[in-house]
Amino acid sequence: MKAKHQRLILALAALVALIGAGLLAASALKDEAAYFYAPNDVKTKGVEPGKAIRLGGMVVKGSLQRAADGVTIRFDVTDGKATVPATFSGIAPDLFKEGSGVVAEGAFDSKGLFVASNLLAKHDERYMPRELEGMNYNETTHEMKADK
Amino acid sequence: MIAETGLAALWLAAALALLQLVLAFAGLKGGKPDLLDAVRPAAVAQGVLTAIAFAALITLFMRSDMSVLLVVTNSHSMKPWLYKFAGTWGNHEGSMLLWVTVMGVAGAAVALFERALQRNAHMATLGGQAAISLGFYAFLLFSSNPFARIDPAPADGQGLNPLLQDPGLAFHPPTLYLGYVGLSVAFSFAIGALLTRQVDAAFARAMRPWVLGAWVLLTLGITAGSYWAYYELGWGGWWFWDPVENASLMPWLAATALLHSVTVLATRDALRAWTVMLAVVAFSMSMVGTFLVRSGILTSVHAFAVDPTRGSFILGLLALYIGGALALFGWRIGSVREGAPFELVSRETVLVVNNLLLTVILGLVLIGTLYPLMTEAFGHKVSVGAPYFDRIAGPIALALMVAMAAGPSLRWRKDQAKLVGRRLLIPLCIALLVSISLSLFAWGRIGILPFLGLVVAVAVGAASLAPLWKRKLLRTPLFTYGMVVAHLGCAVSLAGMACDSAFTVEKLVAARPGDTIKTAGWSIRFRQITPIAGDNWTALQADMDASRGGSSVLIRPQSRFFASPPTSTSEAALLTRWDGQLYVVLGEEVEGGRWQLRIWWKPFVTLIWLGGIMIALGGALALIGRERRGWLLKWRAREALA
Repeated sequence: MKAKHQRLILALAALVALIGAGLLAASALKDEAAYFYAPNDVKTKGVEPGKAIRLGGMVVKGSLQRAADGVTIRFDVTDGKATVPATFSGIAPDLFKEGSGVVAEGAFDSKGLFVASNLLAKHDERYMPRELEGMNYNETTHEMKADK
Repeated sequence: MIAETGLAALWLAAALALLQLVLAFAGLKGGKPDLLDAVRPAAVAQGVLTAIAFAALITLFMRSDMSVLLVVTNSHSMKPWLYKFAGTWGNHEGSMLLWVTVMGVAGAAVALFERALQRNAHMATLGGQAAISLGFYAFLLFSSNPFARIDPAPADGQGLNPLLQDPGLAFHPPTLYLGYVGLSVAFSFAIGALLTRQVDAAFARAMRPWVLGAWVLLTLGITAGSYWAYYELGWGGWWFWDPVENASLMPWLAATALLHSVTVLATRDALRAWTVMLAVVAFSMSMVGTFLVRSGILTSVHAFAVDPTRGSFILGLLALYIGGALALFGWRIGSVREGAPFELVSRETVLVVNNLLLTVILGLVLIGTLYPLMTEAFGHKVSVGAPYFDRIAGPIALALMVAMAAGPSLRWRKDQAKLVGRRLLIPLCIALLVSISLSLFAWGRIGILPFLGLVVAVAVGAASLAPLWKRKLLRTPLFTYGMVVAHLGCAVSLAGMACDSAFTVEKLVAARPGDTIKTAGWSIRFRQITPIAGDNWTALQADMDASRGGSSVLIRPQSRFFASPPTSTSEAALLTRWDGQLYVVLGEEVEGGRWQLRIWWKPFVTLIWLGGIMIALGGALALIGRERRGWLLKWRAREALA
């Protein structure tokens, strides 16, 4: 094989790999990228049951309930405009509490209950999930506020 | 005084880097070779000065000098000494200082010890190194001064994030940084080679030890980081596809490709342009990684130092260096002569396939990591998580493993397909045997990827031993052993991953003291909860007896509370057995005096990290094997003189 041909074949192989990778990425992103929804987005846009999403907002004060098995919790997530009920089985992160921010990964069931498979709470006192930037909870009025 | 000394040393080092850059390029361009004589001393002095600056910062942390802002925000006088020490780089400014220090010291090492390169290429390399350093000095001095004072000095510091207070994590960032910076040297070699038009086998041989060293450290760093996430975060997983993890994986993928292509260039003088390109890409990826982690631009469970204003500075540096290097590449690569040709059936071809597959994974990981940023620019918030990465990386990684099994069995330059088939017959038979027995015992119980993973792991394990077949083991060169051990390590890791995802048993319960929990053949008796106190934390600890048939072992998961900053962490109890690990996490107390417990039995999960260590060990063996010949020659020459 001539050197020139070899270089051409290599370039072609690289090109094919590149295009293949692009197509693969596009299809995988279409199926697997989880969209981030605030409760108001859920209300206005609607989310089909079973579709993997990330739901983010604040845990409504007084909404946290524990099931008899001791490991399942029920709580409401709000962004100040709408509220969505959610459930989670497992050990909640240490900083998961009422009035605190949470990002829940999971999907809605057919009755409109959000079943979380994973909870991302604040990492420590200073860290806040990026998706929740600009939100905070008013301790006195128990309302969500969006800064600006 | 110590802080001012550190700052002065840093400014002097920056000035020397500028001088080094000017001298190198004026000397090369202007045809004034005298100027070049000063380049090496400048590089060495720069290395010494950065080391002084870093030593100053360590001293400030060890003394808990609360008049320094960085110490106040990241340390506390009550902290154990190890974490005061490690706290030096457990923050943005300190880690950037560590970065330039490692770079300065590496530059000094290149100046002092590099003998394989021709003088002009050597000087151009040092000039390139100075150009990179200069940007990072500017970043440090203008936007993140680690030595800034605070007045009045507070009584005490704010502490270090408790998640970072772990011996594993104390040494994990320096390991990764050494790897990143090792790649910067490879990058400088590529720049030097392009500038002096000397892209050839000699250049590859000079670059290879740096690539190998960087790759070994990156491998160790990633392995340690994975194990840290596994035991410290308490979620039982070993890889999260978190942007911070991807930030270290991407340079590793590029370095792995570079490692193989530089070997082709060094031994067969082929793939010249490609190797230079990969050297550029590999260091670009370490900078992209730094940018992602340090700019706070991406959501991450463990991005500790976030400050968007700094992001733009790193982004500027990124554009300058990557853009500059690519422009230089485009301008000069046409003049790089053709390397040696090879046939379609040859080891070179398999290595090209390996490089393409690695590059494709790299590209897909990069797309997945940056995609949320791109969509956010259009107003959509999206997160790309494990499902995407698993789906794309899994199949390609398996294809890569197949290439890895075949590669060492092929001859350089030219081989015959029939002979290759014969050489691969034994691993193929083993793969067939494993698939049949797995189908019989576990069909329907495990997914397709873990199934293929186990089959490929066993076949690769067998194939990677093939290069030692019928060889005199004592006369086999050390770097061949390096390759065998590293490839075997990949098989071991893959087997661990497949076993973990296929056979893990999980149980989630709320139990009272006195209860016994049975899962996966284990019987765990929950004895009691006791409060305990450590150096700077208090904890609730559950005492449990875990047994499987015979005698029982005491295990103690903890839930820890740190006062400064107020945080809690969970310390999982890990019980390691030859066939897997028992992993117990203590949750919170719920009604009726019950405690949440999460228990996993993870068969053969430890193979994942054992494999990682083997891969790094293989790299180290190859490095020693390649270098030893040089050392021996030098030693003999000295003996002859004496």
